[in-house]
Amino acid sequence: MAMKPLANLRSATGVSTQKLALYWLLVSEVVIFGGVLCSYLMHRLAHPEWAFQAAHTNTMAGSINTVVLLTSSLFAVLAHAAAERGEGKKAANYLYATTAGGGLFLVIKGFEWTKEISHGYTISSDTFWSFYYTAAGIHASHVVAGMLCMLWVANTVRKDVELHRVEIVGLYWHFVDIVWIFLFPLLYIAK
Amino acid sequence: MSEAVDAHSDAHGHDGHDHHHHEPTFTEKYIFPLDHKYIAMQYLLTGMAMALFGGFFAYAFRMQLAWPGSDIPFFGHMSPAEYNAAVTNHGTIMIFWVAMPVLIAAFGNFLIPLMVGADDMVFPRLNRLSYQIFLLSAIVLIASLFVPGGGFGGAWTAYPPLSAEQTYNLTPAGSTMWLIAVALEFVAFLIGGINFIVTAMNARAPGMTWKDVPMVVWMICIASILFMASVGPLIAGAVMLLFDQTMGTGFFDANRGGDPILWQHLFWFFGHPEVYVVLLPATGMVAEVITVFSRKKLFGYRLILLTAVGTGVLSFFVWAHHQFVAGIDPRMANVFTITTVLISIPIAEMMFLYIGTLYGGSIRFTTPMLWALGFIFAFLIGGVTGIPLGASGTDIYFHDSYFVVAHFHFTFFPIAFMGTFTGLTFWFPKMFGRMMNETLGKIHFAGTFISFHGIFLPLFLLGFAGQHRRIYDYTHFPELALSGLQDIRVMATISLLTLLAFQVIFVFNFFYSMFKGEKAGRNPWKSNTLEWITPSPPGHGNFEGNFPTVYRGPYEYSVPGRDEDYWPQNEPT
Amino acid sequence: MLNYLPQASSFAADIDQLFVIILVIVGFWYVATNVMFFYLMFRFRAKDGVKAQYITGKEKHLKRWITIPHALIILCDVVLIVGAIRVWYNVKQFMPENPHQVIGVVSQQWAWTFVHPGADGVLDTADDIKTVDELHIEVDKTYHFRLESLDVLHSFSVPVFRLKQDAIPGRVILGWFEPTEVGEFDIQCAEMCGIGHGIMGAKLFVEDETTHAKWVREASGQVASR
Repeated sequence: MAMKPLANLRSATGVSTQKLALYWLLVSEVVIFGGVLCSYLMHRLAHPEWAFQAAHTNTMAGSINTVVLLTSSLFAVLAHAAAERGEGKKAANYLYATTAGGGLFLVIKGFEWTKEISHGYTISSDTFWSFYYTAAGIHASHVVAGMLCMLWVANTVRKDVELHRVEIVGLYWHFVDIVWIFLFPLLYIAK
Repeated sequence: MSEAVDAHSDAHGHDGHDHHHHEPTFTEKYIFPLDHKYIAMQYLLTGMAMALFGGFFAYAFRMQLAWPGSDIPFFGHMSPAEYNAAVTNHGTIMIFWVAMPVLIAAFGNFLIPLMVGADDMVFPRLNRLSYQIFLLSAIVLIASLFVPGGGFGGAWTAYPPLSAEQTYNLTPAGSTMWLIAVALEFVAFLIGGINFIVTAMNARAPGMTWKDVPMVVWMICIASILFMASVGPLIAGAVMLLFDQTMGTGFFDANRGGDPILWQHLFWFFGHPEVYVVLLPATGMVAEVITVFSRKKLFGYRLILLTAVGTGVLSFFVWAHHQFVAGIDPRMANVFTITTVLISIPIAEMMFLYIGTLYGGSIRFTTPMLWALGFIFAFLIGGVTGIPLGASGTDIYFHDSYFVVAHFHFTFFPIAFMGTFTGLTFWFPKMFGRMMNETLGKIHFAGTFISFHGIFLPLFLLGFAGQHRRIYDYTHFPELALSGLQDIRVMATISLLTLLAFQVIFVFNFFYSMFKGEKAGRNPWKSNTLEWITPSPPGHGNFEGNFPTVYRGPYEYSVPGRDEDYWPQNEPT
Repeated sequence: MLNYLPQASSFAADIDQLFVIILVIVGFWYVATNVMFFYLMFRFRAKDGVKAQYITGKEKHLKRWITIPHALIILCDVVLIVGAIRVWYNVKQFMPENPHQVIGVVSQQWAWTFVHPGADGVLDTADDIKTVDELHIEVDKTYHFRLESLDVLHSFSVPVFRLKQDAIPGRVILGWFEPTEVGEFDIQCAEMCGIGHGIMGAKLFVEDETTHAKWVREASGQVASR
């Protein structure tokens, strides 16, 4: 494990280096998702007939997934609180719970997509579905990345070290949540 | 503004782990380095190697244009498909694999920790990872040229439907690999950019406020932020194009509810800020050199920053000037003409401020200074020739003509090459501990500068004559087959051959001086900024355990009442 | 444009003139900047015993050299913008009423198909004359064109008209021109469209009334005899 350079420990802005880095990462992610969603929105407005396709999205699954993600974010908040109190093991457990929430999200999505594909709504069957799978797919890849980071952080903080990382990974998870909050109405509710 | 907190004044901060220092192995030092200076060298050498590919393509297609159909030495006969692949990959390589890695990643990596008084970037492992992803992207790009079907030939702008359907472009593997290479490069620079920005924001030496940061550091940061804020939609677009290419989606297929113009918007929304992403670091280097070699403060530090930020913000509102005749709503064109003509103002002001810095100076025409002044001269031509393109009325004629090619080479070549030579000749002593040969440097400058103009000034004339872009043999078109025009094409090609020949002098000077150049001290140019207090080259940790505190701005030259005409930032008052 | 190419349409001279206005205004600033640039380089070159001045950038008499040109340039920009919008509007937003004829322009990899209205003067009727890579029109008559693409992006470019318009698959794009010179001219494709982009030229024949009528008769005869 390499040493941290002195550069890493300084804080001319008053914000920790890790947090500052995460904020900038989130800036770039906002623009990526913004690009996907704006493209989708403009197409959707220009193609009212997509409503026929959109009628076949599974609002129930989407709603459950929304609750699942919000709950997992709650666990991330609890993890942060535990980390602030110096309780590494507890924080790790909450992070495991958050990860489980992410996993449940993916499982539900897996069932959802399997059903849709078996009914012929594939990524290439209609451009509405192309956007649907692409936007949700990019989001899902961020969920997976978040889960992996969370497991890695949890395994470390379990030993009561690097507790500040809990907040950082939690912030990332909240962002993934917020993207879903935008995706859900655009893909599921706008029919 | 809180002061930087230095918990330790020794070589490294410790995070609770006990480490024994061992001498890094060759592999650890040169192949998988964590030290920002070595990572900088990796980016520099990779960028220079890619410039050989990009330059070779230019050589080949210019030979084809001067003597259509003939056998090109070291290439052979060039088919139309090969021509298209050559122009496509020339542009793509020069922007993404030469200008960006050299100007931003190489110089950013080398300079930022040194100039802010830190021992390394804030995230060395992330830094190493960003280079590795970058290297992978370069390998994928080069590999795309050798796959069955050949390299992608749909222009660096990759407009669908041509780029999306292999039945149209005939380069199935090449198109997809090209796209993946570009996407990987974007990821590498997103990650790398985080390091530059956070290091400059947070790891500054005690006493270094935002007004004491050297201009080149500011510029690289603003460029990284600009990149970060603009590339997202294109990454989204690249995913969509990839799916169109490989998964049968129709995002850009009008027959399937998609829209080819969507790609154009996503591309240029990034594409226009991108030119400022590469411009700003080059101007930053020019700022450092002009101040040192005129022994003067920058004329209007804050104003220059304002023009840089202003340009960055405005750059998000001009993109559709690339699409005036593309089929967008004609009323929209008027909006973009207004914003485009206006964006020339802050950059012009920046140039005026640099020129103004010369006033009252004591100017020494060293090789770095010649490059910096040459940059300004050439970039002025590039900038003013942008106006007829930004004005929609004239763009109807000039769009997709050689006028555009000449304009953007008068901006890009100064940025990518003159800016690089400014920086390399200036910081070479710090990087390698030796001086480059001044005579060879001046010869290289003169030859490159003059032959550059010899290539691209005539191309404006070809643009006037109505010559359109990306055509492998103009003798097919009666209005363009006139012997006078073909003479111009030959002249441009001969100038290119001359330009390439002069680069041999630079390569020789660069590598010879690395080993046999006159030894440089710590501060051969008598500059104020912090990198010049370190040994040449700086060792691991940069400041030999004695991290500087900053007492003044970076450009306190010729301060009245002092013996010396410079005043290093770290010297107590 | 600077005597390289004839001005063969009613708006070609407008576009050329706009360019000259831009050239003069921008050229003035370009020359002025360079004069100052080279003067400063010469005047303030290093001399033994002469130290550089310490200038903070707050000196009013020096700031004026930046702020005054700044303001003047903004004024010049307004002139340029107004000029550009005027020309643009006339070519791209305005469509003259009652054109003499409507022409169909169809682009594909790698040829141009032109649909002329034929003897009845109306497009989309049985006597339409379809040609490949040649367009026949009559001088001093106003035409609308309908531009389409069958596959990828192309661009209908006629340098002597100073006209250019990209063609997009799935759309029909309208435009207009009025030829003012008789002659044989180049038509180009001005958008990368694949390996045949370089051979996608066509010929424009601007004919006087008699010649054009003759061509219509002969070409129609060929249509009828199919």
